Amino acid sequence: MDTITEIPKEEFILKCTSACAGCSDSLALRYVLKAAGPDSVLVVPACCTSVIQGIYPNTAFNIPVYNIAFGAAAACASGMSNAFRATGKKTNVIVYAGDGGTLDIGIQAMSGAFERGTDFLYICYDNEAYGNTGMQRSGGTPLGAKTTTTPTGKTDAKKDIDAIIAAHSPPYMATACAAYPQDLFKKVQKALTFRGPSFIHILAPCPPGWRFSTEKSVEIGKLAVKSGMWILYEREYGVLTINPQSKVAMKKPIPLEEYLAPQGRFKGIDARTLEMLRQHLAKNIKKLLAEEAAE
Amino acid sequence: MKKISTGNKAVAEAVKQVKPAVVAAYPITPQTEIVEQIAEFVSTGELKSRYIPVESEHSAMAACIGASITGVRTFTATSSHGLLYMHEMTNWAAGARLPVVMANVNRSIGPGWNIWAEHTDAMQERDTGWLQVYVSTVQEAYDTTLMAFRIAEHSDVLLPVMVNLDGFSLSHIMQPLDTVETGDFIPPIYLPHAIDPKNPAGYGGLTGPDQHFKFRWDIERSMRDSVKVIEATENDFAQRFGRKYGFTEDYLCEDADVVIVSMGTLGKEAEVAIDMLRKEGVKAGSMRLRWLRPFPKLNLKGKDVVVIDRDYSFGCGGILATSIRAQQKTDVYSVIAGLGGQEVTYEDIANFIRTRRIGEEFWFGVNDHV
Repeated sequence: MDTITEIPKEEFILKCTSACAGCSDSLALRYVLKAAGPDSVLVVPACCTSVIQGIYPNTAFNIPVYNIAFGAAAACASGMSNAFRATGKKTNVIVYAGDGGTLDIGIQAMSGAFERGTDFLYICYDNEAYGNTGMQRSGGTPLGAKTTTTPTGKTDAKKDIDAIIAAHSPPYMATACAAYPQDLFKKVQKALTFRGPSFIHILAPCPPGWRFSTEKSVEIGKLAVKSGMWILYEREYGVLTINPQSKVAMKKPIPLEEYLAPQGRFKGIDARTLEMLRQHLAKNIKKLLAEEAAE
Repeated sequence: MKKISTGNKAVAEAVKQVKPAVVAAYPITPQTEIVEQIAEFVSTGELKSRYIPVESEHSAMAACIGASITGVRTFTATSSHGLLYMHEMTNWAAGARLPVVMANVNRSIGPGWNIWAEHTDAMQERDTGWLQVYVSTVQEAYDTTLMAFRIAEHSDVLLPVMVNLDGFSLSHIMQPLDTVETGDFIPPIYLPHAIDPKNPAGYGGLTGPDQHFKFRWDIERSMRDSVKVIEATENDFAQRFGRKYGFTEDYLCEDADVVIVSMGTLGKEAEVAIDMLRKEGVKAGSMRLRWLRPFPKLNLKGKDVVVIDRDYSFGCGGILATSIRAQQKTDVYSVIAGLGGQEVTYEDIANFIRTRRIGEEFWFGVNDHV
């Protein structure tokens, strides 16, 4: 698929969500649902997506959404998937969870569901902090980023959830970014063709949380990819394929400062932290290129 | 069919007959035999269920919730710390109006690491919106598990049901078990709010105070409505299979001057104590409470009441004693006994009745009168 015009016109995210202006969670979800189609159920733990649905009895999502407690999304989806399959239904079961619900409180349930080979798609949209509670640090917050609980910048590195997922050997896993909707659309479509667990990790730039102006969500997402801070790839039965955009970026990344400077959360980052961040980035690029070269 | 069975296997046998589409469970002593037996039934094809060997009890209940909302029958079993670990999800199952059935093998809570019978685990779940029933024999464990599905799934209830059996003193003892052909005793499950992609809806999203308040009342209304459903189910069970239960099992209470109230296996022990006391000329009776939620209207008027609590609410009192005092508007002799599997014989129970001091609380084996 080359152009965005080939993506179905049917909308599952209706007008009047209660998302913040420039929200890339809802932007990404729009394409996730277009790819998944109507025979799908979303399982959503506590996260921004719980909020943007709207308030009962209204819902802004034209698809069944099962909201569940923070740490329980993958387990709930596991039960749901088994029940659908037990009754001969092919309905897609899709977890749509934030980084807190995936990297932190939900990791046990998620690991269990992947280990058991649950037939579902787990999507983590990652805005690198606890967004709907007001931007507290999560395991997904990058080194140096200021949040309301790391007011002088985070001193620990971002948890490598993709390596943890890869250790479960799912048939399909991928990264994506809300700034690249066609790529995301294709990856969701592909993920849903596999039996068993699949995983997509979406970078979701957050204007109020990352402290940039609301019209820049797509731009920031693209800078994340161009700087190599976010690498787009997929792994099919363990075989890595890096997206062309990221291959270019990995060979010749734009200066990291171009990605960090527009974001208030990195304002005043000290030279030592910046250097560590740069080293993490280089190490990650090296690791993925080595993996690809070894195949 | 007559056989010999443990309490745990009797529960598993009932589950096999009721055929839940999904069973999700995590092992814990002394519940393990239930899940092992069900896993065995599934592996041999005797039970065509999906058995999800989850990585925790929190996930066990979450998986039951996810399965149940699609409209299928679900079952899980746990005990003690497992039950407490799923506490968040037990609230969710009730709030989401899902007729999950769970066997809880009553066991104490640590520390220390004690694996024996106590009711504190289930008592800590009493305000979650689950119906709770406590059984005393292997036969009753089987019969009540069968009935639990019909009650939970009834359109006037649609709340989860917890069947409680005492760890080891019931879960692991062998007694005769007479299994039945259930026939149409348990109708097919129908969940009116089941997820349907053709009719998309949002479940459990943001809810304002007014609506939330109404949902809470709706749980209570169904809890009250469940009284009639329990009665009708138990009556139908008695007609079909010849075994009659009730909210309480009363033993020689009618003409009694003193009635001892208890739950679980101690309630059976109490009946032996009553026989002894009757021979001595003491007009005593035993009332074994089966259903804790909904809490039944007890008929104790004009009698001395002795209550055995195999639980305690620190800083308040025995939970059963506190509930009975509040309902009867009269004081009781509160005996705290059997915690952590402490042995309580019928002779001990007879002594509780003989030496009763209404208005006082007595910790059996700790000291005399507190």
